[in-house]
Amino acid sequence: MTEPVPGAAVPEYDPNAQVHLGVFFTGVGSQLIWTQPDSPSHTSVDTFLAVARLLERGLFDAFFLGEGLRVREGLGRVFDLDVAGRPDAITQLSALAGATSRIGLVATQNTTYNYPADLARRLASLDLLSRGRAGWNIVTTDNAWTGANFRHGGWLEHERRYERATAFVAAAKELWSGAGSRPAGGVDCVRWVERDTDLVRLRATATVPPSPQGRPVLFQAGDSDGGRELAAAHADVVFSANTDYEKARAYAADLRSRLARYGRPAEAVRILPGAVVVVGETTREAEEKARWLREEQVSPPQAIAFLEHYWGRDLSDYDPDGPLPDVEPSDTELDPSRGTIAIENRTGKLAQIQKWRDLAAERNLSIVELVRAVSSRRPPFVGTAGQIADEWTHYVRTRAADGFNIVPHLLPSSLTDIVDKVVPELQERGAYRTAYEGTTLREHLALPPL
Amino acid sequence: MPGPDKGAGRGGTLHLALEADGDGAHPAAGRIASVPPADAVGPQALHRTVAAAEAGGFALATFADGPLPPGGRWRPEAGVRAAYVSTLTDRIGLAPVLHATVTEPFHLATQLASLDHASRGRAAWVVGAANDAEAQGTVGARPLDAKALRREIADVIDVARALWDSWEDDAVIKDVATGRFLDWRKVHHVDFRGARFDVKGPLITPRPPQGQIVVLAPDHLGAGGRADIALVGQPDAEGVAAAAAVAREAGAPLVFAEVEVLLDTSVPAAERFAALDAVAPWQETGRLRHVGTAAGLRDLLGALAGSVDGVRLVPAELAVDLPVLTRQVLPALAEAGLHVPPRPGATLRETLGLPRPVSRFARAAATTS
Repeated sequence: MTEPVPGAAVPEYDPNAQVHLGVFFTGVGSQLIWTQPDSPSHTSVDTFLAVARLLERGLFDAFFLGEGLRVREGLGRVFDLDVAGRPDAITQLSALAGATSRIGLVATQNTTYNYPADLARRLASLDLLSRGRAGWNIVTTDNAWTGANFRHGGWLEHERRYERATAFVAAAKELWSGAGSRPAGGVDCVRWVERDTDLVRLRATATVPPSPQGRPVLFQAGDSDGGRELAAAHADVVFSANTDYEKARAYAADLRSRLARYGRPAEAVRILPGAVVVVGETTREAEEKARWLREEQVSPPQAIAFLEHYWGRDLSDYDPDGPLPDVEPSDTELDPSRGTIAIENRTGKLAQIQKWRDLAAERNLSIVELVRAVSSRRPPFVGTAGQIADEWTHYVRTRAADGFNIVPHLLPSSLTDIVDKVVPELQERGAYRTAYEGTTLREHLALPPL
Repeated sequence: MPGPDKGAGRGGTLHLALEADGDGAHPAAGRIASVPPADAVGPQALHRTVAAAEAGGFALATFADGPLPPGGRWRPEAGVRAAYVSTLTDRIGLAPVLHATVTEPFHLATQLASLDHASRGRAAWVVGAANDAEAQGTVGARPLDAKALRREIADVIDVARALWDSWEDDAVIKDVATGRFLDWRKVHHVDFRGARFDVKGPLITPRPPQGQIVVLAPDHLGAGGRADIALVGQPDAEGVAAAAAVAREAGAPLVFAEVEVLLDTSVPAAERFAALDAVAPWQETGRLRHVGTAAGLRDLLGALAGSVDGVRLVPAELAVDLPVLTRQVLPALAEAGLHVPPRPGATLRETLGLPRPVSRFARAAATTS
């Protein structure tokens, strides 16, 4: 059915492979639809509690929170069309730990604007109080725009962000591993961890005893070479962007070859690509929902705002249903304040705009039609619950992935569809647990013990 | 909601706070029992303490903390502890110590705003200022001199307060007709410039339910009117009254006295004290310390009610002293009209009689329009 990935071992077929599911709750951004009458408050603790309990009912491995340390802007003011504003991830997950008993609780936290000992301590505290259910999704930030909220501003060079991240994670792991059992005399945490380089400077000890899973599970999502190396060296789970089957297989093969270089077995890391999932009673209904979703996510004002970002000027006088703006774009590079644009993608916008103008002319597209065509890709999984369960079972049995991190687009229906419809289909195929077998996140993920 | 009575000799009820850290304030607390460490500082023990304090009628639980626990003992981070019990309680205020000196001010403000959302308006902050070489070393920094330290504390409180105001209450509009989720005119850069750091803002978290988190600061930090509650620690009632007057003069809306307690059980307090001190001595801290009967404590608190708005009780051994407080001392205070337990669902500001502040940005807009 598929060509072997060059340079990689042909994946084995595992008829007993299990699908692992998590939810990546970004909490902000255009993928989350807020316009429906039943859309719940995105910051209310009740919303978080309802989602976490729903996922426990669906026997999910993990609930993830995203992170963004500056509210997005456009043309110098706070961007007003997307859901914005969210809680601190570790605080929110600690609150959920008290109200849940099984679900893994994963906080996205960056290594640029945190102190290693402080973050390691907060994560270990969540891990202890949740009885071994904490995870850390390790991310990096480099831009000075985000740094304007922090003591040292944009202190870290782009090229060194993974160098800092690797040193940070190594220090955190050393702190956690120093948290042994209580020796005689009541002195618990005595092993000092010290660093004194230009990237990491600290002298600290563990302050929290190990949780039942030993330490927080480490997630890594970066897809660059630096990100993949960090994942191969330290991660327990990778949260990749590669959902297409061939890309997923290629990614898995690449990661496993990197793991081997670090002396780690393939089973030491779970691969859970992030995915938008649209479930319908019929294929046709699912396709209809996916089309509706794209239209909601790229509303006419969103389309204008998308072009404003590239044009670098106010385009509010243009008709979203009319032709592309005839005014010339500014010659400045792309402003990172709309969110996460990698440095390498901030230049070359004039060529990009020319391509869009050509495409719009060739296919006679309006502004909103063009932006829908170029800015959002079709959700990777669209179909009936049975079709999606078939696809996912195929992915895990051929080791293209170990499961998925679902990115919800409608609350709660995009998640109840998975829990109430897809999960039973997976269970029928023998590809999903029928009860939690363990209590820790590490056990849910079937990762080898530390 | 009436505002707090600012005059000395207020004669009203006393707000009661409990220091709920670990096994208690006595350094030998928890050392005598042979409990596995992860259990002693784990979720069950924490929940048990806070649930008992809430059921007993305390308005507020505080959680002492520092980047390196004293004596190398285990201690989970206080903000995480407070958040953990936020969904397990419904009326008690939750006040972690967060240190202005060894944190990112932006994270500190976000964490406290998030605790307020998670607890539906019961978050408070005990300002910490760890500044010894070991604490500063955890973030690769060095101690600040006295002047710089005072300025740092002021700057961190000021920027946190500005950030809590940075989203006006009605910033999220969800206007389907125009596609606007929020009104950008109501989400503000704070453009804070401090002595040692600047913060652009806005906060990543919308305005907390209380508008402003309740800030408690020990009076010796010199936070003055920046705090909502000044904590005064003095060795006797006269000293408390004098310090309370100074704190009010400096602008503190409420003043709480610190009282360490070690109470009679089936074993007389003096005997318990001696047994604990034989393991590790409880050094004098300069705060009122009551070692004796529940009735004696009630009398002491009754006397303090003339000069302060509340007390923070600091038990020597939580497992032993907290039950005496909730079964004997608080009921006796309630009977004497000195104590009213918080109402379920109340915000901490409501419990304390503190007004909910309007965002400074909304005020500014109202003034200019």
